[in-house]
Amino acid sequence: MNAVKEEEISVLLNDLLECYGYDFTDYSLASMQRRINRLFSMDRFPSFAEFRYRVRNDPSYIQHFVEEITVNVTEMFRDPSFYLALRKQVLPMLATYPFIRIWHAGCSTGEEVYSMAILLQEANLLHKSVIYATDINTSVLEKARKGIFPIANMQQYSQNYMASGGQHEFSAYYAAKYDYAKFNESLSRKVIFAPHNLVTDGSFNEFQLIICRNVLIYFNKDLQEKVLRLFSESLEQLGYLGLGAKETLKFTNDAHKFRQIDKREKIWRKVSI
Amino acid sequence: MNATSLVIIGGSAGSLSVLLQVLPGLAPHLAVPVIIVLHRKNYADSVLTDLLGTRTTLQVKEAEEKDVLQAGCIYLAPPDYHLLLESNGSLSLDYSEKVNFSRPSIDVSFSSAARLYGPQLLAILLSGANADGVEGLCDVAACGGLTAVQNPKTAEVPFMPEQALEYAHVSKILDITEMADYINTFAALSR
Repeated sequence: MNAVKEEEISVLLNDLLECYGYDFTDYSLASMQRRINRLFSMDRFPSFAEFRYRVRNDPSYIQHFVEEITVNVTEMFRDPSFYLALRKQVLPMLATYPFIRIWHAGCSTGEEVYSMAILLQEANLLHKSVIYATDINTSVLEKARKGIFPIANMQQYSQNYMASGGQHEFSAYYAAKYDYAKFNESLSRKVIFAPHNLVTDGSFNEFQLIICRNVLIYFNKDLQEKVLRLFSESLEQLGYLGLGAKETLKFTNDAHKFRQIDKREKIWRKVSI
Repeated sequence: MNATSLVIIGGSAGSLSVLLQVLPGLAPHLAVPVIIVLHRKNYADSVLTDLLGTRTTLQVKEAEEKDVLQAGCIYLAPPDYHLLLESNGSLSLDYSEKVNFSRPSIDVSFSSAARLYGPQLLAILLSGANADGVEGLCDVAACGGLTAVQNPKTAEVPFMPEQALEYAHVSKILDITEMADYINTFAALSR
């Protein structure tokens, strides 16, 4: 069941850092091991040695490798109550700014970025907003930029949208063609898709809202601290940080700088520097 | 590792009522942690944790990432995440693809536990309508752990334990009334 052993995982992750500068060494091991084993059997390597040789010597394989070992499962309006809280409690505050800067870190294929754009549009804020949507993985960013998602998911997304307080016809936001739904370009016009590696890259702007959902769960404690510090430093005073349903700022060094805006939702406001 | 042995229980349709009967019989100072992976709806609140908590004096909590497993505590896999175990005795959550149409998947947690706990693991599969958990039980057996299933005759939905009996090496078939004692004995022996 585990063709690639724990020691071999660290060998592989060191190779990746040494040859390509991708640093996965502070990721949680259990998930990493599962992903790497999945890839190992999917690509039918006869032995770990051959797997490792491919990783070290075939740069074209690396994009595929990175795409497969990072988790790119996402959905629109994931956890609708989170989006309802954004609508009700965060956007009215952002509305007071002349210009709104949002960073969506680890945006994967972009479903949640389009969800955010829809919220902004419905609050009549999209025209004065810019969303920086970043991910470590360039091929998912390419998908995100296109804004084309399987039509089969739309029923679920529409339900999520309604549960998030949406009052329009969800299908008005996309054009259906064959098995796909292409989201209106007016939604992505204010989005800048760019690669950014949370492990190695620094801050690039100051934001009023940072969204990073279900990314920290894959990091070990040290890396979580480091990334949360990056977010803290990239937030304006009174800016907001939105995390995934099972992620928390509690127990981290910067926790005292933040106040959770609502006990049930994973949204914090930066109240001191 | 803080706990050297582990009990892990997986279940789907019809397994909640089993747990409600088994939990009161668990020893008050159980020497092992217990992980429960149930197929459940994505309720935002913690009704299930509270419900199970009313049936035992042991602590029942929804597993959080980086929780370190403690003996005598019952950890419930949260809805919509896979639950994985780390070699330092802590827990990890994972939002990757569903396995067997399920997240949390019993297979994922069973296999993860099998790899780390080997013969120090007791895995129990309860009532359910799909075969999630069967492959995980195979992994538990392959790593030398103990495998048990709910007696299909007592299961509200017998498909899951039946599949296990057909495809996995099952050490023990348990009636509902035998389960608590079986877990207590395993915990006592692993002390």
